[in-house]
Amino acid sequence: MNTLVVEHPGLQTSVQDLGRPGYGPVGVSPSGAADAVSLRLANLLVGNPAAAAALEMTLLGGSYIFPEGAVVALAGADFGATLDGRPLETGVPHAVMPGGKLRLGQTRSGARCYLAIAGGVCVAPVLGSASTHLLGGLGGFKGRALQKGDVLEIGAPAKQLPRRKLTAKAQEAFRPRKTLRVTEGPQFDWFLDAAQHALLQNAFRVTEEADRMGLRLEGRVLALRAAKEMISEGVSLGAVQVTPSGQAILLFVEQQTAGGYPKIANVIGADLFCIGQLRPRDEIGFARVTFAEARELWIEQQQLLNSREFLFA
Amino acid sequence: MRFRAASDQALLVYLGEEIGLRTHERVVRLLRLLQREPLAWVRNLQPAYCSLLVSFDACVVDHAQVEATLRSYEKRAEEIALPAPRLVEILVCYGGEFGPDLEKVASLHGLKPERVIELHSSQTYHAYFLGFAPGFAYLGDLPDALATPRLATPRRKVPAGSVGIAGKQTAVYPFATPGGWNLLGRTPLHMFRVDREPMELLDVGDEVRFRPITHEEFSALENR
Repeated sequence: MNTLVVEHPGLQTSVQDLGRPGYGPVGVSPSGAADAVSLRLANLLVGNPAAAAALEMTLLGGSYIFPEGAVVALAGADFGATLDGRPLETGVPHAVMPGGKLRLGQTRSGARCYLAIAGGVCVAPVLGSASTHLLGGLGGFKGRALQKGDVLEIGAPAKQLPRRKLTAKAQEAFRPRKTLRVTEGPQFDWFLDAAQHALLQNAFRVTEEADRMGLRLEGRVLALRAAKEMISEGVSLGAVQVTPSGQAILLFVEQQTAGGYPKIANVIGADLFCIGQLRPRDEIGFARVTFAEARELWIEQQQLLNSREFLFA
Repeated sequence: MRFRAASDQALLVYLGEEIGLRTHERVVRLLRLLQREPLAWVRNLQPAYCSLLVSFDACVVDHAQVEATLRSYEKRAEEIALPAPRLVEILVCYGGEFGPDLEKVASLHGLKPERVIELHSSQTYHAYFLGFAPGFAYLGDLPDALATPRLATPRRKVPAGSVGIAGKQTAVYPFATPGGWNLLGRTPLHMFRVDREPMELLDVGDEVRFRPITHEEFSALENR
């Protein structure tokens, strides 16, 4: 059995895949990688199916030992990774010798870095997914973030190191945006014209309260036309909900599945991965697109992610 | 049926505009029909008091197609037979460290704490939907005499099993999470367990009653 030993777990490192949609009726949000694009790219680099389980590291990476060796790749934010002391390039697969140590430091760009291992991280799926749901303590490795001394089973790598490199075009296409594109939320017309404009014309700051459940933003007060009692309803991933104080919260992968705050907007599917790279104190903006445009952008992104010619050289 | 796009990949279907059992029954009927005859492009379903959020695969369908399909299901959903609701009993140790807001709620309504317990545990509640956290069931309706606003500042951590009230709703927190409801007591029962089938103790449409237990009974059940 091949293994990975956690020497230092970083700030919050967990096993993630593409999540478990479909359990809304029992109150379970899909969870899954915060930056699903980077998870997919890392997996493809080592020759895994795009949806394989990998490690998601947050802000600070940690260090990991591979007693039997492995083939690994990193994607997402730059955490200044080194393998046995030598800088490790992201966007290409690497062979780790038996006993090799991968170290990742503090982020130099976004919030999350993904470590994919050829053969995947082996954990028993819960509700059809390997992803860790931290709030519910389910899935992943013992339903929690990794801790010092954890030993995870990993798949046996293929004999040969895959020869592929992420193209410059692909890196450009999947660079996380700071201006998130949104569609109208279901209560968009409950808000004053001034609030509708303020959302699109002002910068918002990500506060320290930013995690996999949601990101609290700070910025112009977004006021309703009139105080209105709202009946709780299902909330969608990436919803921009507004609290009674007029501040916005972006709902994310481990979100509550229903809620009673009005939603002024919703981040489009093609930009959800960008939320996973936002850090506290980042300044972000919102740009409005139509539902038809959002759909075209989503389909185009999925096509690019499925095109080996586009992704790899 | 009224429709409203929630996101580029989700559509809200409203089956009524007021909280009530009749509207909720329509939500449950549509939910059960979509669960019995799953559509390949449905990614997730989230029922609530008056609405069902349908998340879909945007590579396959768009809002208009989802709406047309759901409209064609409307009549069939009305004919679907729902099973008689289950009655689930939840044991609660009220007050003390388990119910830090019991006294406050009592004085707010000019009642004795015993009367609050009696009122809370004498009602049969309806499980409208699960949300907020895995296994968190929104139960209603609380007796009018107990209707209480949320805390001005939510607690950062509410212990698992806490029984709270907010507005005309009551619920049990399955996990230690932040929470803004007034806490009356705690149950030793597990509301959600991954090693159990089904994982959730309460399901949409269940009838629920709370039964007071002593501190000793709580400890005995908790250690079991």
